[in-house]
Amino acid sequence: MKKESNKLSRREFLKDSGIAAATVGAVAMAGACAPKKAAEVLGGETSANPDSILDTGKMEMRTAGNGDKVSLLGYGCMRFSVKKGADGKDVIDQENVNSLIDYALAHGVNYFDTSPAYIRGQSEGAVGQALSRHDRKDYFIATKLSNFNDASRQASLKMYQDSFTYLKTDHIDFYLLHAIGRGGVDAFNVRYVDNGMMDFLMKEREAGRIRQLGFSFHGNQAQFDSLLDLTDTYHYDFVQIQMNYYDWKHADGERNVNAEYLYEQLDKRNIPIVVMEPLQGGRLANPAENIARRLKERDAQATLASWAFRYVGSHPRILTILSGMVYMEHLKDNLKTFMDFKPLTEEEMSYLDTTLADAIANYPLIDCNDCKYCMPCPYGLDIPGIFKYYNNCINNGDFAQTKEQENYDKLRRAFLVGYDRTIPSDRQASHCTGCSQCVIHCPQSIEIPKRMRQIDRYIEKLKQNTL
Amino acid sequence: MLRKIRITVAVILFSAITLLFLDISGALHHWLGWLAKIQFLPAVMALNAVVIIALLLLTILFGRVYCSTICPLGVFQDGISWLSARRKGKKAKFTYSKEMKWLRYGIFAIFVIALIAGIHFIVSLLAPYSSYGRFVQNLLSPIYHWGNNLLAYLAERRNSYDFVTKEVWIRSLPTFIIATATFVIVIVLAWRGGRTYCNDICPVGTTLSLFSRFAMFRPMIDYSKCTKCHACEKHCKASCIEIHKDVQRIDYSRCVDCFDCLDNCKFGALKYRFAWGSSKAQADAGKAKTAGETAQDQGRRAFLIGGATILGASTLSQLAAQAQADSTGTKKLDGGFAEIVPKQAPPREVPITPFGSESVKAFYQHCTACQLCVSVCPNDVLRPSRSLSHLMQPEMSYEKGYCRPECTKCSEVCPAGAIIKITPEEKTQWKVGTASVNYDLCIVNKDTVSCGNCARHCPVGAIMMVRKDPENKESLRIPTVNEEKCIGCGACENLCPSRPISAITVNGYEVHHLY
Repeated sequence: MKKESNKLSRREFLKDSGIAAATVGAVAMAGACAPKKAAEVLGGETSANPDSILDTGKMEMRTAGNGDKVSLLGYGCMRFSVKKGADGKDVIDQENVNSLIDYALAHGVNYFDTSPAYIRGQSEGAVGQALSRHDRKDYFIATKLSNFNDASRQASLKMYQDSFTYLKTDHIDFYLLHAIGRGGVDAFNVRYVDNGMMDFLMKEREAGRIRQLGFSFHGNQAQFDSLLDLTDTYHYDFVQIQMNYYDWKHADGERNVNAEYLYEQLDKRNIPIVVMEPLQGGRLANPAENIARRLKERDAQATLASWAFRYVGSHPRILTILSGMVYMEHLKDNLKTFMDFKPLTEEEMSYLDTTLADAIANYPLIDCNDCKYCMPCPYGLDIPGIFKYYNNCINNGDFAQTKEQENYDKLRRAFLVGYDRTIPSDRQASHCTGCSQCVIHCPQSIEIPKRMRQIDRYIEKLKQNTL
Repeated sequence: MLRKIRITVAVILFSAITLLFLDISGALHHWLGWLAKIQFLPAVMALNAVVIIALLLLTILFGRVYCSTICPLGVFQDGISWLSARRKGKKAKFTYSKEMKWLRYGIFAIFVIALIAGIHFIVSLLAPYSSYGRFVQNLLSPIYHWGNNLLAYLAERRNSYDFVTKEVWIRSLPTFIIATATFVIVIVLAWRGGRTYCNDICPVGTTLSLFSRFAMFRPMIDYSKCTKCHACEKHCKASCIEIHKDVQRIDYSRCVDCFDCLDNCKFGALKYRFAWGSSKAQADAGKAKTAGETAQDQGRRAFLIGGATILGASTLSQLAAQAQADSTGTKKLDGGFAEIVPKQAPPREVPITPFGSESVKAFYQHCTACQLCVSVCPNDVLRPSRSLSHLMQPEMSYEKGYCRPECTKCSEVCPAGAIIKITPEEKTQWKVGTASVNYDLCIVNKDTVSCGNCARHCPVGAIMMVRKDPENKESLRIPTVNEEKCIGCGACENLCPSRPISAITVNGYEVHHLY
């Protein structure tokens, strides 16, 4: 018995390190190309097209409450490529981050959004290291008080002070109360009021160490209203919300609220808006084929993501739009949209938020934005991985729905084999215990165990061939 | 011509049965499954009268062609012997040796006693087809699967899921060692002396030899043409042709009808022909004067049936689950995976044998440990037992998967009648064991969280979640097993979040039964 366990663990170990090696390989390859491209472009001699917008265009700028000129494209620092460090753990590929941030700054991007929680706690340090190589006047830093687990004053203060150290700065331009709304005023009080952090942060603002104070919001309408009611007390300088052409009118109302409502309320109060999830967790950049075709027929050249960005940017109260850009091609693609920015017409906007969003609503996708706040699951599941695989299959139409389907056998096999290949069997939906510890961490309020069970039941039907 | 036919048939059957063991798709068994069922010993175990009588008739008619074509271990040895001849650069390398009756019949006697007394290990060890099965399952299939996994990896990079990755793992170390040892011994014997194993050790060879000596068709020496050049003797893998100046004879108990002698006689003195009842005549054609005892193959006799107790304690230190020391206080970070501690098999008082095996006793009585079921099990449930009484014979365990309700693969392929064919519908009627809960390990108690994953996945609804505190309506629920419904499939055990030992585990039933 003992022997078997030795073997197993050794094997598992080998298997895991094999996977890790493969990942490192992929990342290393990506890392190897990206800086080269950056260097080339920075050298200014590559652009095949001399009129490239990247060389001649101008970044769209918006004005914050204090007069700061902020780029409409904001750099979301929740994702960077990682590689294996000396101790075998994933560490951010700093070289890649440096070249991305250099390139972004060189093209007018000056808003960088991070958090003590991002990339398993490594984001602030990596961003700080990259930015500190530039003049502090050339960029704005946004970071957050992410005191989810331990809201004690001591832990919150430490988190706040650590941010300065990691970001190598003496002031933070935009400071956010991270992900409030759910749990309403009660939860807000626990995290920020009872521990005196709100008073502390307002004093910090007066002292100039925080230049602007705001919050990022996830929740429903009542929760949003109750937070806005406190505007007169706290004088929010800006608010960060989830907004995109789908959520404008198609939020479910219970777990979240239409961005249209959020926008109107903030606009009414002249509060500048920072936007997160402009692509709805990437789903609007990679929608079902039927949706993609409609957009491509309107403009064969425009990327699918550019439609979503332009939609958000066409609203005047928007200060900046956050996009996570892991590789140089993401950054360049985005820059092409935000340099010499062209707002959408009224007709285009209503086409996106009504006609197209209605069509998207027909696909039963799970709202997971892959933020990974639910992770690590104590029982080992790869929650975002499972959701992503499921969503991709629905989007691609690789989805067996009934035995009578024309190519049922093929779809069934593709789903099952792909599932086993994408998610190791010990991390699959069948292992969800339903303990629900993940649920409170999900900014989208996804009922994770319920969805896991639904996916598991579907897979079980596929396996038993009883669909 | 006969030789070419023999080689062609042998190569086809050999390749096909090897593929049967390697197959990942599960589709080949439908077409090739019969190849396992016509093997002699499995047919005896399955009391498959049709096959037994057919094979005996075949032997009485044509001699031991079974050994030259159907038996994969025999063909395997021919291949090794052929390689050895090519390597050494001489094809005529054999010399006559006397039949080693004491060894042959001694081992046969041990085999029969073991068979009757139920000493399965000896039966499995000596069964030729099973030995070959173990070679393939333990030594060849890892290579085949790695190759497959490489293709799968390449295919996946092109977004193709045409290949399914198979995990390569040693299912039982003792069996692996025994397979390797047998493999080495068989190769050494075949390399040096051709069919030594078949004629000195193999109990099936000995059984068939009792019939082959009276075979109707057999190679016959035409004394008028024989020049006593020894060409046939030197080409005889079975070392059964004796050419002396006084005596020229063939020992038909050992001749496996490979027909090599026929093709190598330049004088046409050997013919494969009808010779019913002439065994005495030829055998007595000259009383052996063999003063010069063939002494050269004494070394071959040392066949050690050993290695059964090679279960040395492993020095590998337990790769203890090192809890991620990433605890920067209680700060909530995004991402990352919880480490998964591999499952360990719980102690089982009664082993779990496959659905369709009817009882533990019947299963182990019939099974020849050929590993075909182990090879085909898509859920990594079957593996060779490590208990001494059933060494190498399979048992079920649920660390890597569970016996899924829709799968009846093992029952379709078993050639020995150890697992009788069942349908998926029948499968959920049979009870091969029952689950029980260890409440100390159950995470509902240990972590104070709700769970019920066992109950959710039980294919027969045998697990009921009941309130831990019956007075409290909001109480967490703990699993209870309805033994009347439980079939022992292991879904609960496999999917239980408790690691390394599951909180709900299955114990086998001595006798399987319906509801």
